[in-house]
Amino acid sequence: MNNINSHSALPENGEWAVEAHGLVKVFGDNRAVDGVDLNVKAGTIYGVLGPNGAGKTTTIRMLATLLRPDAGSARIFGHDVMKEPQIVRQLIGVTGQYASVDETLSAIENLVIFGRLLGLGRKEAKQKADELLEEFGLTEAAKRPLKNFSGGMRRRLDLAASLISEPPLIFLDEPTTGLDPRTRNQMWETIRRLVKNGSTILLTTQYLQEADELADRIAVIDRGRVVAEGTGDELKASIGRSSLQLKIQNPLDFEKARRIVEQVLGVKSNVSPEGGKITAPMADADRVTDLLIALRAVGIQLEELSVQKPSLDEVFLAITGHGVKDEKQDPTEEMEVSV
Amino acid sequence: MNQTLTGKISERKLRNRTSFLQALRNSLTMAYRGLLKIRRTPEQLFDVTFQPIIFTLMFTYIFGGAISGNVHNYLPVIIPGILVQSVITTSIVTGVQLREDMDKGVFDRFKSLPIARIAPLAGALLAVTIRYTIATTLTFLMGYIMGYRPDGGLGCVVIAGLMVIVCSWCISWIFSFFGVMARNATSVQGISMLVLFPLTFLSNVFVPVETMPDWLQWFVKINPISHLVTAVRDLANSGSIGWDFSISLIGAAVIVIIFAPITVKAYMRKA
Repeated sequence: MNNINSHSALPENGEWAVEAHGLVKVFGDNRAVDGVDLNVKAGTIYGVLGPNGAGKTTTIRMLATLLRPDAGSARIFGHDVMKEPQIVRQLIGVTGQYASVDETLSAIENLVIFGRLLGLGRKEAKQKADELLEEFGLTEAAKRPLKNFSGGMRRRLDLAASLISEPPLIFLDEPTTGLDPRTRNQMWETIRRLVKNGSTILLTTQYLQEADELADRIAVIDRGRVVAEGTGDELKASIGRSSLQLKIQNPLDFEKARRIVEQVLGVKSNVSPEGGKITAPMADADRVTDLLIALRAVGIQLEELSVQKPSLDEVFLAITGHGVKDEKQDPTEEMEVSV
Repeated sequence: MNQTLTGKISERKLRNRTSFLQALRNSLTMAYRGLLKIRRTPEQLFDVTFQPIIFTLMFTYIFGGAISGNVHNYLPVIIPGILVQSVITTSIVTGVQLREDMDKGVFDRFKSLPIARIAPLAGALLAVTIRYTIATTLTFLMGYIMGYRPDGGLGCVVIAGLMVIVCSWCISWIFSFFGVMARNATSVQGISMLVLFPLTFLSNVFVPVETMPDWLQWFVKINPISHLVTAVRDLANSGSIGWDFSISLIGAAVIVIIFAPITVKAYMRKA
């Protein structure tokens, strides 16, 4: 457990939108969520970062009263999710990983029905639906059945549906997964705008870049546990601002090269899951010059070298000591290299 | 502290309970959704359109001569019977459709909304009454075309039709329960048919009870379907409301009282 920050770093009188303590959900013998603590300050964007199957969706479903926790407690603006679920539902909007809208109906029909369910009158519901469709650029497609909608349009409609009641807390479960870069940027803009209007957002993502771009604070979650928590800068500082990837020509020099990397950069290096590559966090990209000189001094021939922003995989390597779980590692390949 | 936000939250009227009125309003909205869906896919009304026509024709001409001497004398017996059978068979679709609906993402949203928990189910069931209405109207219409002139008059026929629709709505809670519990739509259909087939045939729908063996008469007489059929016959053929009318409605109410809560509970438990 690598707890980068402590809660005292936050304002003491801050109002909490989400307070979750020791949330547990067990499916059969799989502990999908295994003691998650989350504290989200009102008016901020909070990112939950983790690979597929880490327990992100299950955590959100528990906070959104869709699933009953097996242990632990959670409060939304001070209201207990188990004791006052109907109050919690009045304070939240949920946008799931898969669009939760009616396929056979049109965009406007969907929004009007949700509006009516939320207690709006016939006229108000229609007006609100028109407003939201306009805001999300769906006016032209308003009357078409959703069957012909693209993934991006469906997501936008889904988010629009979550905003009808103007909830103070919005859960977004992987809002940009599967979207093209342009649509993703639009989604980011929308999310930022929501927070400006005073909403609190808890979003999950598989992409460090997205969490970094949007979230005020990030929790890294793995195998149902929070393994790190802090601001984007704090997280990145722990694993370096950028990441070095190095492939050398002669496998026999592998260990030697690794030692030099660790000496020059003063950090622990890792072997990439694909095998054959040395990866290491770097606080400063300029240090690569020192490294190259050092490598040439001992006569190690390079095949490939790159300096990149850290990927989620590297965050994981650095924080948990193992790679992203669902990425299949090839043990034979790794053996070959480490011989 | 974010003043504007706290203001916004405390301004909201937060209640942890939903009132009966809200439950009713939510259910009606959900029923409206169901009707919109039917309008988008009208082909799902094929069965309720053709089944009453074909069944009425078929059974009347097959059994008419054997049971009542001729087709005309059989009509007052078979039309109420076939009506009950058709409409109740139609209500199986409720469970099947509910299962299909629940497998889609939109039900997640319904669960996360501050609406009455019963509304998504009650609304779906309410929308399906349009199917019962079609089946009821067509069965009586077919009977009329074939020469059935109920002595009770139009008013009593309408009341009889309404009673069948109300009872079917109540019975459809049983099939919704199967719908919520079952793994997929096909198994809902299977279980429901298994229950309904003996129930509709081991009754007075097609033949007079007196012609059956004693042990079977015992079952047929306690079978709720028989009471419903008798109630419809009394109303349509003589305009009278008897004990069978009351017992049918009481039975239907009991079904709702038992099955509505356990169905909603099962629905809430399913992730």
